[in-house]
Amino acid sequence: MNLSDIWFLLFIVIVAGYLVLDGFDMGVGILHLPLARSDGERRVFLNSIGPVWDGNEVWLILAGGVLFAAFPLVYASLFSGFYLAMMLVLLVMILRTVAIEFRSKRPSGRWRTGWDTVFALSSGGLALLLGVAFGNVLKGVTLGPDGNIRMSLIDLLGPIPLLVGVTTVAMFAMHGSIFLSMKTEGVLEARVKSWMPRLMVVFFVLNTLLVAALAVFHPSITDRYAQDPWLVVFPAAALAAILAAWYLLRAGRAFWAFVASAAMIALLLVSAAVGIFPNLLVSTVSDANNLTIYNAASADNTLTVMLVIALIGMPFVLLYTAGVYYFFRGKTVVEPTGY
Amino acid sequence: MDADLLSRIQFALTASFHFIYPPLSMGLGLMMVVIGIIYVRTKDPKWREMSFFWVKVYGLIFALGVATGVVQEFEFGTNWAEYSRFVGNVFGSLLAAEGVFAFFLEGGFLGLMLFGGNRLGPRMWLFATFMVVFGAHFSALWIIMANSWMQTPAGYTVAMTPLPARAVMTDFWQTVFTPSFIPRLLHVLVASWTVGSALLLSVGAWYLLKKRHVDVAKSMVALALPFFVVFSIANVTLSGADQAQEVAANQPIKLASMEGLWETTSCAPAYVVGWVNVDARTTTGIAIPCLLSFLVHFDPNATIAGLDAAGAAPIPPVNLVFQVYHAMVGLGFVFIPIGLLAALLFLWRRRLYATRWMLWILVVTVFGAVGAITAGWWTAEIGRQPWIVYNVLETAKAGSPVVSGVDVLFSLIMFIALYVILFALFLYLLNAKIQSGPEPLETVETTAESALPDTFRDVFRRRGRAGR
Ligand code: HDD
Ligand code: HEM
Ligand code: HEM
Repeated sequence: MNLSDIWFLLFIVIVAGYLVLDGFDMGVGILHLPLARSDGERRVFLNSIGPVWDGNEVWLILAGGVLFAAFPLVYASLFSGFYLAMMLVLLVMILRTVAIEFRSKRPSGRWRTGWDTVFALSSGGLALLLGVAFGNVLKGVTLGPDGNIRMSLIDLLGPIPLLVGVTTVAMFAMHGSIFLSMKTEGVLEARVKSWMPRLMVVFFVLNTLLVAALAVFHPSITDRYAQDPWLVVFPAAALAAILAAWYLLRAGRAFWAFVASAAMIALLLVSAAVGIFPNLLVSTVSDANNLTIYNAASADNTLTVMLVIALIGMPFVLLYTAGVYYFFRGKTVVEPTGY
Repeated sequence: MDADLLSRIQFALTASFHFIYPPLSMGLGLMMVVIGIIYVRTKDPKWREMSFFWVKVYGLIFALGVATGVVQEFEFGTNWAEYSRFVGNVFGSLLAAEGVFAFFLEGGFLGLMLFGGNRLGPRMWLFATFMVVFGAHFSALWIIMANSWMQTPAGYTVAMTPLPARAVMTDFWQTVFTPSFIPRLLHVLVASWTVGSALLLSVGAWYLLKKRHVDVAKSMVALALPFFVVFSIANVTLSGADQAQEVAANQPIKLASMEGLWETTSCAPAYVVGWVNVDARTTTGIAIPCLLSFLVHFDPNATIAGLDAAGAAPIPPVNLVFQVYHAMVGLGFVFIPIGLLAALLFLWRRRLYATRWMLWILVVTVFGAVGAITAGWWTAEIGRQPWIVYNVLETAKAGSPVVSGVDVLFSLIMFIALYVILFALFLYLLNAKIQSGPEPLETVETTAESALPDTFRDVFRRRGRAGR
């Protein structure tokens, strides 16, 4: 294992951290309009993610920073190649942040419903856009010999990427509902719980479709599994995790179901990463143009410095993340100092 | 449409807009820590009211800082792809370090600070506030470090293999402590604290003018005034002068542009106001002879390099740099008499509280302070043109080859529309918050403080699930 491999692994860990953590608060946003109906219920939803969503989003910022530092060629190609899509991502991220923050600042009903709608749409939109972007990375991009991607916004909206996008929305909605079942009480809790099985089924169906579509249309990903059959443990474990989540929910153990759902998200990411390894960006033009974790990586000196930084910093990050979640555990109570 | 020009405009716009908020976070944060300490010491409920009030304002400022900061992080890749390819090794690591060390710290403790008022005892709440503020300062540290490396690159070599050419770190500590880093960091911190104390003065003075929350307002003014006086003097005498010397040593052409100095001379003048005619290569205005030489070298006869030293090489847009620089310096010099005068009126049997014209000046000072910061950044960034990495990489070669002018035009329009709306909403909500003012504690539901966990041990042991 050399430094590039280590940084690829850490990058996957960071992205997984982002999907698991910001995933549930995007899910809360997606469910915000259909599930929380009164002002009081919506405040419960918002306050359930209130103390943590900002920290969750930092995982994405960190993922961007690590990509920039460890694999600068990928950062540059990907972000400039997906220019307009990235601008839309920024747009929904900004809207989402201010919607959460502004929503309860005025008593007016119209003000609040307006921001509730922005919050819901931007949460769903972010999940969709990230899914579509990831779908394009999976299926490959038109990477030329100069390392640049030439694709318009329309080119990015192929059927497979769209399917990945929709699946991501369903996945986060499901994940978010499990989170909410730990945070809500009474009628609201009952409503959340009645939706959980439906969301799980929807996600499961979409995901199965997606896997089938990838196997048929993008056999390069499945090839890798054919070469090294033992790798199948990752998708198999993902399947086991979702079944476990289902079982645990029925047994009424929401916390463990949440853990299982988180594990499933991480394992799905790992399964996909295994499929394209050692590439980060696959060129549909010529294999010679692929950006791999070796030819796109920073020099060893940088990677070593970064490793030291990560080793010093990450324990603190985990410590206070865990601390904040622990402190705000249990059912959400709406307080005057909250949203 | 020219993608390069539009990208520059977009970056300037988004960065300038982002950088309205972090200085407020840092400066207001510092004041909040002070308020918290006073409350823990005196237990006077007035200070608790004040904390509750400023926490809400802080939340608003922070939200805007985060929303606009994310844009900055991604813009390097989207609009400056060649730059990113070139500097990823060095600059990218500093940016990533900011994420690991600073953003998580802020993001984590922010929840405790915003939501903790009724769940944590005063000392633990103060601790959470302190950590958020510490995080904000830490964030500034890393980003200034990254920016300083662009201004005065050090500790790297340019490697040609494998292509594309890129800067490779040779010495981590040299890339961290580039010659401009410490002076610039100091200057940014002092400037941010000035803004924070000016904000407290502004709001306090407003309440005094409107005869509302008078008690709290008096304490606010009395608390912030000494800080403002000290910081505004430090801006000019310590950190500002230090900055100018640093620029003279490392970026002589930038210094010459700031003062419109065309010829290399000894006894170089400094202008109070002026106008630069770039075509005729002249600068006219009110100048103080030999002042520039004196400021930079403490010797009125020292020689200062002029724009002629650049030879045939391109120079920055001199008049623009000159004007924004003088706007900053002018504002910096105006803050000192404002602070001193207010302090005199305060000491003279608290007359300040009833001197309406002085209070009005205090109300508007905070806008000037934010303006000075923006002007300072424009000086720094425009003054280093045509370089993006000073003397190493040209800005014109740093853009994204695949991004077209139309693309950037689209995003630029999007940002302008979005930021105008955001700024309007920000001012509206800020104003609404200030108008309603600090709520007396009886009307806020507050839990009896003695029941709240106030040490680490309480927080993690005793709290349990009671009261849920
Ligand atoms: C309240 C804000 C404020 C005030 C009153 C001043 N400054 Fe400033 N200045 C800044 C806020 C600022 C800043 C925003 O913090 C900058 C932008 C870039 C930087 O590093 O700091 C800056 C940059 C900056 C630069 C350019 C640094 C570079 O290119 O690297 C110089 C030479 C000065 N300042 C000098 C001064 C002097 C001589 C002042 C005395 C009157 C002064 N500043 C007042
Ligand atoms: C936050 C306060 C800042 C403001 C107000 C600001 C302002 C500006 C302005 C006015 C320009 C346009 C210069 C021109 O092309 O004529 C610019 C360019 C740029 N700045 Fe800054 N800047 C800030 C901070 C930073 C920081 C901290 C960094 C890096 C970490 C940075 C990196 C850049 C880059 C990459 C460009 C584009 C290339 C260029 O034109 O040089 N800026 N900025
Ligand atoms: C001198 C210039 C800058 C300073 C001092 C600075 C400092 C800060 C601070 C203190 C925050 C916390 C938010 C707040 O308190 O309002 C923040 C947010 C942020 N800044 Fe800047 N910033 C600067 C410019 C930039 C630039 C050029 C970038 C791009 C890399 C950037 C990226 C971010 C990001 C991503 C956030 C959001 C972090 C979060 O979610 O907590 N900043 N910045």
